[in-house]
Amino acid sequence: MNPSPVIGVLALQGDVREHLIALAAADAVARPVRRPEELAEIDGLVIPGGESTTISKLADLFGMAEPLRERIAAGLPVYGTCAGLIMLAEKILDPRSGQETFGGIDMIVRRNAFGRQNESFEAGVTVAGIEDGPVEGVFIRAPWVESVGAEVEILAEHEGHVVAVRQGRALATSFHPELTGDHRIHALFVDMVRAAR
Amino acid sequence: MSTTPSVSPQSAESSAIGTSRVKRGMAEQLKGGVIMDVVNAEQAKIAEDAGAVAVMALERVPADIRKDGGVARMSDPNMIEEIIGAVSIPVMAKSRIGHFVEAQVLQSLGVDYIDESEVLTPADEVNHSDKWAFTTPFVCGATNLGEALRRIAEGAAMIRSKGEAGTGNVVEAVRHLRQIKNEIARLRGFDNNELFAAAKDLRAPYELVKEVAELGKLPVVLFSAGGVATPADAALMRQLGAEGVFVGSGIFKSGDPAKRAAAIVKATTFYDDPKIIADASRNLGEAMVGINCDTLPESERYANRGW
Repeated sequence: MNPSPVIGVLALQGDVREHLIALAAADAVARPVRRPEELAEIDGLVIPGGESTTISKLADLFGMAEPLRERIAAGLPVYGTCAGLIMLAEKILDPRSGQETFGGIDMIVRRNAFGRQNESFEAGVTVAGIEDGPVEGVFIRAPWVESVGAEVEILAEHEGHVVAVRQGRALATSFHPELTGDHRIHALFVDMVRAAR
Repeated sequence: MSTTPSVSPQSAESSAIGTSRVKRGMAEQLKGGVIMDVVNAEQAKIAEDAGAVAVMALERVPADIRKDGGVARMSDPNMIEEIIGAVSIPVMAKSRIGHFVEAQVLQSLGVDYIDESEVLTPADEVNHSDKWAFTTPFVCGATNLGEALRRIAEGAAMIRSKGEAGTGNVVEAVRHLRQIKNEIARLRGFDNNELFAAAKDLRAPYELVKEVAELGKLPVVLFSAGGVATPADAALMRQLGAEGVFVGSGIFKSGDPAKRAAAIVKATTFYDDPKIIADASRNLGEAMVGINCDTLPESERYANRGW
């Protein structure tokens, strides 16, 4: 069997630790990534939950944005949760001034679409391709996907809103599997990374 | 609304707000970030543009509360709403210790986190608010592990080491964070027999003490607060184990707030890279003047508030 794939977690800000734990549980070698040169050593990348405005700003400041955009466009497998989903969108409906995404999925997203913290919720979510029942969806000031291009596969909806998508080697969810003990979506991503090698 | 630690929903139909996982999970999203005190919408925008992960809306920064004296209370709802309207990052606001009606008001305004804070004048000298009764999550200050665990038992979903707010002096922040980390490390070495006595000594519930001993960390996110004034201060707290920092008076009481705010954000992310911290520390203009904590009378130490 091939050695485990090396998967980075973009560690500018957010729940990096929880993704590292979930990836390790899904048999990947997981490591935090903060610098452009560290991108050369990974087979796949997770963009964690956090504040998308902060992540976008720090990525720009430290020269990560452009190299990341290039690697993703060239087929680096990526998985984004919540703020990570926003960073993978081609377009944000109501961006803060100067907020740039990395792109990778042909979709338009709406930030904080499910509301502020008082509206944050947990609900079971049935995800296409994930067996053994719904995953535990933890939605925190969560975005949803407003519209998608023809190449994008919709994996899950909640109350009529798209909350999980895949386009080729890019995967994104509005919710946070890393905050639960359920690592099935991370396992799906690790499989995507293995298939891409 | 759930008032106990969360139970996972079993079907796609059920949906639950205000669960522990949603409250604690919110703080997980702030990790590695800087939360900045702001007193108006303009400052909130400066903070957001500098890369803050959240802002704390309050009427006066702690340095001014110290200077002005008097009773410090929850902020004007109009001011909080203006700040909520001005930025897209989370907005936190402070209630007085034990003043659960101020907390109810803050929840009704839609703030994302409530800080039951010793920086304001306490409303109850015995009881903190029952934080399980709220959908909005709470952050509370602590000077040691027992205090942190008592707040978590009351429902706090995030802890910050207290430090000494409004002094621009990091010494108390260091003391409190080291205290919490040392006590956690000590628990790790205890066997099951010893954990019962440890719970008694800490004046904290046994179940929480056992959980900390097993995890080797608090069951909620731990930030540092109270005295951070420079990029190096923020990086120091991160290297000592804080998962992020609150900066109060340090930014808007300095010469060039926008520049200092951005510099503290950089140093918080790259807390282990002295070259980046050095670059971030260049030409920031004047830092806030600061107060020596050993000349501060006991009655003016905010960290003593809360029990």
